[in-house]
Amino acid sequence: MDSTIAASELMNSGAEAVLRALKAQGVDVIFGYPGGAVLPLYDALFKQNEIRHILVRHEQAAVHAAEGYARSTGKVGVVLVTSGPGATNAVTGLVDALMDSIPLVCLSGQVPTHLIGNDAFQEADTTGITRPATKHNYLVKKSEDLVRVMHEAFLVARTGRPGPVLIDLPKDILIAPAPYREPSNAPHRSYRPRTEPDPRRIEEAVAMLKRAERPVIYAGGGVINAGPEASRLLVEFTRLTGFPITNTLMGLGAYPASDPLFVGMLGMHGTYEANLAMHGCDVMLNIGARFDDRVTGRLNAFSPNSKKIHADIDPASINKSVMVDVAIVGDALATLKALIAAWKQDTAQPNRTALTKWWGQIDAWRAKDSLRFTQNRDPGSIIKPQYAIEQLYKATRGRETFITTEVGQHQMWAAQYFRFEKPNRWMTSGGLGTMGYGLPAAMGAQVAHPDALVIDIAGEASILMNIQEMGTLAQYRLPVKIFILNNQYMGMVRQWQELLHGSRYSSSYSEALPDFVKLAESFHAVGLRAEKVDDLDKVIAEMLAVDRPVIADICVDQKENVFPMIPSGAAHNEMLLGPEHKGTSGPAVTNEGMALV
Amino acid sequence: MSDSTLRSATISVLVENESGVLARVIGLFSGRGYNIDNLTVAPVERDGSKSRITVVTRGTAMVIEQIKAQLDRLVPVYKVLDLSEGPHLARELALIKVLGTGEKRAEALRLADAFRARVIDATTESFTFELTGATDKLDAFLELMRPLGLAEVSRTGVAAIARGVKTIT
Repeated sequence: MDSTIAASELMNSGAEAVLRALKAQGVDVIFGYPGGAVLPLYDALFKQNEIRHILVRHEQAAVHAAEGYARSTGKVGVVLVTSGPGATNAVTGLVDALMDSIPLVCLSGQVPTHLIGNDAFQEADTTGITRPATKHNYLVKKSEDLVRVMHEAFLVARTGRPGPVLIDLPKDILIAPAPYREPSNAPHRSYRPRTEPDPRRIEEAVAMLKRAERPVIYAGGGVINAGPEASRLLVEFTRLTGFPITNTLMGLGAYPASDPLFVGMLGMHGTYEANLAMHGCDVMLNIGARFDDRVTGRLNAFSPNSKKIHADIDPASINKSVMVDVAIVGDALATLKALIAAWKQDTAQPNRTALTKWWGQIDAWRAKDSLRFTQNRDPGSIIKPQYAIEQLYKATRGRETFITTEVGQHQMWAAQYFRFEKPNRWMTSGGLGTMGYGLPAAMGAQVAHPDALVIDIAGEASILMNIQEMGTLAQYRLPVKIFILNNQYMGMVRQWQELLHGSRYSSSYSEALPDFVKLAESFHAVGLRAEKVDDLDKVIAEMLAVDRPVIADICVDQKENVFPMIPSGAAHNEMLLGPEHKGTSGPAVTNEGMALV
Repeated sequence: MSDSTLRSATISVLVENESGVLARVIGLFSGRGYNIDNLTVAPVERDGSKSRITVVTRGTAMVIEQIKAQLDRLVPVYKVLDLSEGPHLARELALIKVLGTGEKRAEALRLADAFRARVIDATTESFTFELTGATDKLDAFLELMRPLGLAEVSRTGVAAIARGVKTIT
């Protein structure tokens, strides 16, 4: 202890020590909102130029912006909020990042240490409130702990299964001088996540995969979190095996959508071929996904005849809901490296005859074309939401494009019809399902990639949840494009009410909507509207041509539902197909299914 | 899809002795709907830097495995040990106050002797016994004391350790 203090340098204030630690961690931008308890930090920020501060309009948006920044760069996103309401407003964002494993460090102000527990002005028990909302959190009560905690927070946020870490900073700690020392490489006392897979498990997995007759690879957000090299290795390994591969919602982009081995997204609104391949496979390799309930459907009917291999960096994600036959704890990058090496070393030949037969079956499922829809092209026709996404995708091909979404039907259509070739280009709130995520996340992605095209595919209801961020776009000249699929309904709520609640549309109509064109203009942005199919391409072209923030209000078919759909409580092979596939009716939803979300 | 039989598990968790660590452990149980049947916590290192939490919980084999994995990934947790996987010792201490006079009072004392409970305080109308042992032994003694004037109980919860040379570190 004494030697570290001797090796440290005393900074004039805790605030300066915090900024120096941020710089040492490679931070160049933070998203925040000032207030009384963090004034010393804002003062220190004012006196320097290395760290840029983006002033959001609401603390929830600061966290989503940091998520967009983190997910589009692979770096840790940083948030700065004040005490009390600043911290409580950030909670939704923190839980969002926790559910989707996004590395964040959130600095929150706190009342001075001597006032903690006194119900002081803008006091909240922030560490108490955020304990289940973060991977870990800290309250710094002594100046000598400040810099150690700062460095440790970054380590915890980015290693193992990444996640949000909060540091609560009492105002007196930010004012008093504090010792600074550089981050050390010494291992943490108690936190030592395992990253290297057990070679024996890898051998077992490869032996199982080599014998497979109907294999499937199921890859999730963990591959994206492991960095672009992991996605490259996923492609290498999949091509080596010739196996079909599906991605989760969080994993889109981990495998190029245009590759013939890719069978599309799986799960509740996944493709027919992906879900039936999961249901009918005899060996399943899950890399970096967590058998989420949106993916498995009814658990006791999930992939009933398969041997399952699960590779995950988080041991608590293994055997949580689905029992597996081979558990591999490790980082997706290290696991894929090991799998490739072991596959090449194992002399057994895969059963190509069986594989050819399996692919024949998958191609027959594919031929069903479960994402088929019909767009009437006659002038004046109403726009199908699927068509709007398809046209947007076509118009943006070849450009460096980042897509974010809000939550609901538009999110699922974006996942189904926008095709991702690379990782880190797709940002969506998967686990928590946070409406209002997309606009601030797009802001964060645009800050990180100023010259790229960043589009928030939104719904008219979700976008209003963080619409105040239009002000941030204007202030920092962030040319984010907001592409609203406006069906004047909380569409996913409406869809469930139609399918499960006798079409009683209780509170799901978007009453009293603003005029989005005028709204855009009032926020110094460009407002566009497409009302008919013949307007669509023009509006998209105009939106993409403008180097300013744009809201494109795309008026789409109000009655359209997202298909295919695995209803609540149903199995993968009980999927509902859309109206294009008449005669394929799914099962009735059971009472147990009704209770699920 | 998996065995639905419930089993009891005694889990020892070695943690960094820092503010909020117990709240993290307890919050994990309540947040994820796990049971806590019994809980003890105290510092165990000479410098007070580490504490040992012992939790007795119930669940299916799958849930018990989940509990251990969830505990293990908490940042201030050094080690999680499921003592019920092998031979182990588990002891609890109880302070038991029995009020009464006459024959009941004498009977209470006789039973206390049979259970090797120590009298640590006595008045003409009361005894306070100190009893150490496994949870079921304490439960049995308390059942016997109930008709004899059992007035108050204070129990420590279970402290547990593996038999033989096996240690948590």
